[in-house]
Amino acid sequence: MTDNYEARDVIDKETLSTVKSVGDTYKYGFSTDIETEYAPLGLNEDIVKLISKKNNEPKWMLDWRLKAFNRWKKLKQPDWALLKIPEIDFQDQYYYARPANMKEKPKSLDEVDPKLLETYSKLGIPLTEQKKLAGVIEDNSEDNSENRKVAVDAVFDSVSVGTTFKEELKSAGVIFCSISEAIKEYPDLVKKYLGSVVPISDNFFACLNAAVFSDGSFVYIPKGVRCPMELSTYFRINAENTGQFERTLIIADDNSYVSYLEGCTAPQRDESQLHAAVVELVILDESEIKYSTVQNWFPGDENGVGGIYNFVTKRADCRGRNSKVMWTQVETGSAITWKYPSCVLKGDNSSGEFYSIAITNNMQQADTGTKMIHLGKNTNSRIVSKGISAGKAQNTYRGLVQIGGRSQNSRNFTQCDSLLIGNKCGAHTVPYIEVNNSSARAEHEATTSKVDDDQLFYCMQRGIGEEDAVALIVNGFCKEVLQALPMEFAMEAQKLVAISLEGSVG
Amino acid sequence: MANMLNIDDLKVSLEEEEKQIIKGLSLSIKPGEVHAIMGPNGSGKSTLSSVLAGKDGYIIDSGTVNFDGSDLLETEVEERAALGIFMAFQYPIEIPGVGNMNFLRTALNSQRKTRGQEELNAADFLKLVRSIAKDLEISDEMMKRPVNVGASGGEKKRNEILQMCLLEPRFVILDETDSGLDVDAMKLVSKGVNNFSSSSRSFLVITHYQRLLNYIVPDFVHIMVDGRIVKTGDKTLALHVEETGYKDFLQLGKGKH
Ligand SMILES: Nc1ncnc2c1ncn2[C@@H]1O[C@H](COP(=O)(O)OP(=O)(O)OP(=O)(O)O)[C@@H](O)[C@H]1O
Ligand SMILES: [Mg+2]
Repeated sequence: MTDNYEARDVIDKETLSTVKSVGDTYKYGFSTDIETEYAPLGLNEDIVKLISKKNNEPKWMLDWRLKAFNRWKKLKQPDWALLKIPEIDFQDQYYYARPANMKEKPKSLDEVDPKLLETYSKLGIPLTEQKKLAGVIEDNSEDNSENRKVAVDAVFDSVSVGTTFKEELKSAGVIFCSISEAIKEYPDLVKKYLGSVVPISDNFFACLNAAVFSDGSFVYIPKGVRCPMELSTYFRINAENTGQFERTLIIADDNSYVSYLEGCTAPQRDESQLHAAVVELVILDESEIKYSTVQNWFPGDENGVGGIYNFVTKRADCRGRNSKVMWTQVETGSAITWKYPSCVLKGDNSSGEFYSIAITNNMQQADTGTKMIHLGKNTNSRIVSKGISAGKAQNTYRGLVQIGGRSQNSRNFTQCDSLLIGNKCGAHTVPYIEVNNSSARAEHEATTSKVDDDQLFYCMQRGIGEEDAVALIVNGFCKEVLQALPMEFAMEAQKLVAISLEGSVG
Repeated sequence: MANMLNIDDLKVSLEEEEKQIIKGLSLSIKPGEVHAIMGPNGSGKSTLSSVLAGKDGYIIDSGTVNFDGSDLLETEVEERAALGIFMAFQYPIEIPGVGNMNFLRTALNSQRKTRGQEELNAADFLKLVRSIAKDLEISDEMMKRPVNVGASGGEKKRNEILQMCLLEPRFVILDETDSGLDVDAMKLVSKGVNNFSSSSRSFLVITHYQRLLNYIVPDFVHIMVDGRIVKTGDKTLALHVEETGYKDFLQLGKGKH
């Protein structure tokens, strides 16, 4: 415990110095110059068919997509109260883009285009099986991160370019591959679970995703298996004017455990780009999934030009008894974020946790939170949300806690804290609590505070510069959530917190 | 010897309202000297400390402050810290979620960086902090807490002294560091300060009690009333105040403009 504590402190320190050495605010803004193959502009039935064909999909998959597409045509884009969303012309973008030389999927990592490998290593994600994820500090080798491996599935625009540690995982019985591969190799599992958590017609963007998703990650942890390493998917948007629609499906069969990480970045461009993903988690008896996200899509510049529109549907279905899910998210990017990772607590004694940091600076808007749907008996949920706004940004926490009539003795605890930097930004908390069982208990606590001048002065009197002081105080504010992240991500996240707030003081 | 700190006819008002707090204050401190300031509540002692440390919210109406011969009022807060100015707060600030160790290491290395020195590595840093904490009888458990959060009044004051010992400033302002300390803590803190004092370090000790001055013996005692120093003497002046209060001095503060 002690060492862990000190390790974290050391990390905090490394963070500050790293932040100082990072000149650019958005350091992932570069683009990769690579020949790209696009589907024709716009969206119609032929495009859906084309995507299916590019992936060599079986007929049942195409039928599923077409069903979704036909549904989508009848749906209307939702109109959300607290987000100002410029009109999106769904016919004026590409729905499929892949590096031209990815036509034949490389059989092994050795065959992947060096340009792509270089892109990922520049992002700190080496696609090799020897190295760990970026940011693991060397002088800290006594902690448990030393022997930790992280398997990576790298998704570049519409396709997965490679997955590491596949063989080693296979020998443990774990399936970790791109979803396009899973559709072909493990059709029974995919058919059984795809769309079982987020149905085709769940919402406008999820429905669009079902029709045009191009790739994503698939994970199956068999009964009784504790996944021997962290799994991660790294999403990179590179092609211009192209939407990214990926789909992730993770199944934790009885008595299993997996920790999964997701990271995302995109080049700095003046045009906004759409990202509409769907993530489905299925958790069976006595099993647990930890799902962590560090979302760092390009946020647009300080005048609000460009940036990713991030409309994501993430849901965990705790079907089994004693099943458990933990969502942890650090949202620092995107021009607009609309995202509510949810937990459906069906199994008796199941539990869902949601830890979130959402940072908005400049003209960014975030509307994020969670839904906890308690259906089983003795179900538990916990929500810890930290919203930070700077510049002219707007940050909304929107959370639903619903306790059903059959859900005896269920509990929810919600803690929702907002921190404001400057006086042109806004923070909003919108809790919805519906309790239909008298034995249930839901607690909600909310606070709003400002980065305090006295705290800043105290830090600065001790010699800490203003931006470092703000980063320190904000990281302190987020501590509870940062601690819920796996070590590698915690460091990355702390850096991001500081970088996202650069220029927000003074 | 040249002055370390030189304050000349300083007048300071609040930024928020038109109210002058420091009304023409002069004070010179040489290296190695200990100066005590006593004075009734609200006379401007903490305001003077804050202005020296560089806090926002004040307007300098007139006067100058020199530190090592350069204009202190034009220097940024964190640069003043790196120059070696340290203020132990009358009310130390809590910073939730930020561990003491992290805070201390960030502060120390920021100062070192500003001064062009190399940063201290994690192992050396830990060794250093632990030995200081031990002398001040600050537990490991305390060190692991977030900065000042959940600490008692006396614990916070001890923490200020720990920060002082770690950062090794040359000019220290102790703003009522003795208030809220029990007898034993008082001895610990005084011992800490005494061990720390040297011929090149100077102290400005703000206090209401002559008790502290038994341990930290001042070269000069100043009485501050209504934004001015109205009387300066040696350590016996503190004894006098303790016996008779400030009534002899209140008149001195009036009518001088
Ligand atoms: N930010 C402020 N806003 C309003 N009044 C202030 C502010 N800061 C100081 N003052 C006023 O200035 C005067 C001097 O305050 P200061 O805290 O410097 O006194 P002090 O000598 O330290 O008192 P004490 O012995 O009680 O600590 C007081 O009347 C106080 O109310
Ligand atoms: Mg005071």
